[in-house]
Amino acid sequence: MTATGIGAPVRRKEDQRFVTGQGRYVDDFNRPGQAYAYFLRSPHAHAAIRSIDVGAAQTMPGALAVFTGDDLAADKIGGLICGWMIHSKDGTPMKAGPHPALAQGKVRYVGDHVAVVIAETLAQAKDAAEAIVVDYDVLPAVVDTAEAAKSSVQVHDVSPDNTVFNWHLGDKDATEAAFAKAKHVTKIDLVNNRLVPNPIEPRAALGEYDFGTDNYTLYTTSQNPHVARLVLSAFIGVAPEHKLRVIAPDVGGGFGSKIFIYAEETVCVWAAKKVKRPVKWTSDRTEAFLADAHGRDHVTHAEMATDENGKILGLRVHTTANLGAYLSTFSSSVPTYLYAPLLSGQYDIPAIYCEVDGVYTNTAPVDAYRGAGRPEATFVVERLVEKTARELKQDPAEFRRKNYITQFPHQTPVIMAYDTGDYAASLDKALELADYRNFQARKQESARRGKLRGLGFSSYIEACGIAPSQAVGSLGAGVGLWESAEVRVNPTGSVEVLTGSHSHGQGHETTFAQLVSDRLGIPIDQVSIVHGDTDKVQFGMGTYGSRSGAVGMSAIAKAIDKVIAKGRKVAAHVLEASEGDIEFKDGRFGVAGTDRSLAFGEVALQAYIAHKFSGQDLEPGLKEGAFYDPTNFTFPAGVHICEVEIDPDTGVTTIERWTAVDDFGVIINPMIVEGQVHGGIAQGVGQALLEGAVYDRSGQLVTASFNDYCMPRANDLPSFQVGMTVTPCPSNPLGIKGCGEAGAIAAPPAVINAITDALGHEDIAMPATPQAVWRAAQKARMPMAAE
Amino acid sequence: MYAFDYHRPTSARQAADLASQFEDMKFLAGGHTLLPTMKMRLAGPTNLVDLGQIAELRGIERSGDTLSIGAMTKHAEVAHSADVRQAIPALAELAEVIGDPHVRNRGTMGGSVANNDPSADYPAACLALNATIVTDRREIAADDFFQGIFTTALDEGEIITRIAFPVPSQAAYAKFRNPASRYALVGVFVARFADGVRMAVTGAGSNGVFRMPEMEQALAQNFAPEALNGIAAPEDEMNSDIHADAAYRAHLVGVMTRRAVQAAASRS
Ligand SMILES: Cc1cc2nc3c(=O)[nH]c(=O)nc-3n(C[C@H](O)[C@H](O)[C@H](O)COP(=O)(O)OP(=O)(O)OC[C@H]3O[C@@H](n4cnc5c(N)ncnc54)[C@H](O)[C@@H]3O)c2cc1C
Repeated sequence: MTATGIGAPVRRKEDQRFVTGQGRYVDDFNRPGQAYAYFLRSPHAHAAIRSIDVGAAQTMPGALAVFTGDDLAADKIGGLICGWMIHSKDGTPMKAGPHPALAQGKVRYVGDHVAVVIAETLAQAKDAAEAIVVDYDVLPAVVDTAEAAKSSVQVHDVSPDNTVFNWHLGDKDATEAAFAKAKHVTKIDLVNNRLVPNPIEPRAALGEYDFGTDNYTLYTTSQNPHVARLVLSAFIGVAPEHKLRVIAPDVGGGFGSKIFIYAEETVCVWAAKKVKRPVKWTSDRTEAFLADAHGRDHVTHAEMATDENGKILGLRVHTTANLGAYLSTFSSSVPTYLYAPLLSGQYDIPAIYCEVDGVYTNTAPVDAYRGAGRPEATFVVERLVEKTARELKQDPAEFRRKNYITQFPHQTPVIMAYDTGDYAASLDKALELADYRNFQARKQESARRGKLRGLGFSSYIEACGIAPSQAVGSLGAGVGLWESAEVRVNPTGSVEVLTGSHSHGQGHETTFAQLVSDRLGIPIDQVSIVHGDTDKVQFGMGTYGSRSGAVGMSAIAKAIDKVIAKGRKVAAHVLEASEGDIEFKDGRFGVAGTDRSLAFGEVALQAYIAHKFSGQDLEPGLKEGAFYDPTNFTFPAGVHICEVEIDPDTGVTTIERWTAVDDFGVIINPMIVEGQVHGGIAQGVGQALLEGAVYDRSGQLVTASFNDYCMPRANDLPSFQVGMTVTPCPSNPLGIKGCGEAGAIAAPPAVINAITDALGHEDIAMPATPQAVWRAAQKARMPMAAE
Repeated sequence: MYAFDYHRPTSARQAADLASQFEDMKFLAGGHTLLPTMKMRLAGPTNLVDLGQIAELRGIERSGDTLSIGAMTKHAEVAHSADVRQAIPALAELAEVIGDPHVRNRGTMGGSVANNDPSADYPAACLALNATIVTDRREIAADDFFQGIFTTALDEGEIITRIAFPVPSQAAYAKFRNPASRYALVGVFVARFADGVRMAVTGAGSNGVFRMPEMEQALAQNFAPEALNGIAAPEDEMNSDIHADAAYRAHLVGVMTRRAVQAAASRS
């Protein structure tokens, strides 16, 4: 390992600009003549729009234009799309209602887009928006996930019972048979609470139109600018693909919420041409709460069957997934193909059957949020496994160990073919780091102080780098899930890598450069990573689902291989040797068995001056591209152990210890990986203890600010003990599995398992607030009084 | 935010004069309550009178058994003041757990007291310490000042200049933070004086900060947590929201009062 190569804890190159305030985010861009957009949003969860009178608004000072859904329709601008087709059990395609960028006839959630004002200043745009008169016929709303299918309120005409799909996966008969022969069945009811993503940088869009060239430019907070361009051109139709440049500059966190193509960026690009001015919109925090796609929101009943030896025989799951008022870009895939295929966890479960009902409600759209489906699946599996172990009076660690998959590859009953792993190794290491042996002593010590101590496991698995494209296409995906890379070597030997991945906190500018430095043997500061601009990078699928290492870097590795192959040809000419004798090692091209060699930079120069070879034999230049489509998902897995102490007088839960042992395959930069683990756990702890989006019955978002929506803070968290085990991933050239979501996937069940262990009973929902824990502690103390 | 005219007087007198000229005006102190509501267009005063340049509203003074704190004193100044730490350490400790460092370095005691947010911390201290709210017109006893959520005895255009706190023999503040906002879900200030005990509860009551005479009498007899056994906060007078319902708040009043008494009693 070199100081900057694969495996080195290189400090993040991008932090120079981030920590000195030099980052450039969308809102930092200002274009000459720029005007401002302000969206008038629905104050009602559900209402028919009788009329919208924009007359007065149009004459307000500074107002340039006021647009409604009619104006978009007149210009034949299409609605927003959902890019994954799900088929119900009966084979019918999902029933999705229209999703106009500006409401047409109806609003369906608080925050829905009614009209947009474009004005000289934001304040003037807001003033003008207040002058818009909307005549609403307010309708009753449906907000509750479990109630949606039974409600008399119908969100979309095309979706009876508010049901988008009744989907299933697995073998129902085999699962029934497994349950029929079970010795023991454990049942659980779970709610996976709705979360608001809250990246620190809110969404923003700046649209611009050049009348001279007919070119459009969109600066946007996107995790996948090429996908945004494709959707905006091919589906929504605001601009032809070759005329639209999408730039996603520095982006301050996404967590999934910036994958999707929203109304605001659509309108900004379109309106820029209409008003002949660049148009900027920057979300405020309230808008982010109301209208960023939310995450999770499942209601689940699950059952696990075990035999007389405590071996798991089967799992059956029924989930209702709240999709919100409209189908966001990838919403339909999250509670289906990103969820149910993970229900085998790390366990050898012969039969699994899962049914998922996707429902509309009068709430913000729900889509992928850090982990996307996998945290929901892990919560079901790990809560159920823990509860089963407790009911069988078995040690939860040993119960897991007994049921672990030990032979690889392993085909689960729910699509996935796990390639490699060593789950017991992670468990052993975690038990050691967590000092599991002495837990009882610590519990007794807590009890002496009147406190309740508990310990919870989460033995999670996730699937990253969703692929291959052929397979996901057969499951309904509207896109391929490969990645592209282009490696441009300059005559001086420095290298620019153009990647279709997008960094919004992950540190790609460092880790990707480490790969290049390692493979080409050049200093890391000779490498730049270029991303986030469709005029520079030809195409790419972007960053989500922990895919950038496994897929994005594999594409770079493939392009590097081509660069080296070409370099050998150049070197052969220069060194007057046969190509077959040229070796590339430690950054030098040399003739085997001799001391004749050229540095990488010398070969680059020779490639460009092209003095030593003829154009007939070899093309000048040194630039190679690659598209990489993986052969399988990757399967990071690990064991997290959470130890809590509860103050029964107040219900306050303190996390005393956190042990995380993860197998992410080959690690490029352990410091960055640890950071990802820390951040992921923080988000998972947030879900378990603090966060929860609450709508009241009328559909108002009660938790629409940080005053009521509790984000995790540093002092809510312990100092984490992070350990690693490594089984290299066999399905990509780098052996990488991915680490971006593991913490958020692993953490919630670990916390809840610890709390239920401390309390001695299972009935606690997320977020486990002090009030909820106090109440549960009361019940546990006085079982007679519980009802 | 709507447009407004901004004024920056240098004396309380000037401020009061300005206030009397405009119908729709607001005093601006730290701005930590006022400005967010203006930004969200929930408030739209046409005139803002900034109290920030008025020297007489600043400063912390101890004279005899009274600690007098200027209305424009920031929470961080209270938290770090040697005089406060020496006279009423519980008050400094209270100031230290208000919001976060940004808030503590902008928000003021006068702004907090004038605002009388039902989950603000200072009202509990004022009431339990039997403070006097001094304005540009009169002196108001804390018992008369706090009149329900966001409601005080202040008249239109009346300016809080100082708050005078009698120095207790022992006192403590126990705060159970709202996990999200970090305001008080339940905060209890207990103060022991030569002639009795006063306590006040913030965050919990559906009508704002309140005292519990039954607890005060019991603590006057025996200044120890056990004295509170059998005394419960009235559930039907408690606030209820997504963070805590009335029963939980009532329960926490008991827990936090015990903790405050414990802490105060262990103070020399
Ligand atoms: C994120 C955040 C967290 C917070 N957490 C807490 C907390 O944990 N505990 C807590 O107690 N508080 C908390 N606060 C409130 C804060 O500490 C201030 O006390 C509060 O904002 C009011 O003080 P201010 O100086 O900012 O007043 P301003 O916002 O300037 O004014 C508030 C009101 O009082 C009036 N006013 C101000 N000064 C006077 C005066 N001298 N005479 C008459 N009227 C006056 C103003 O006209 C206005 O109506 C928090 C605030 C924020 C933003």
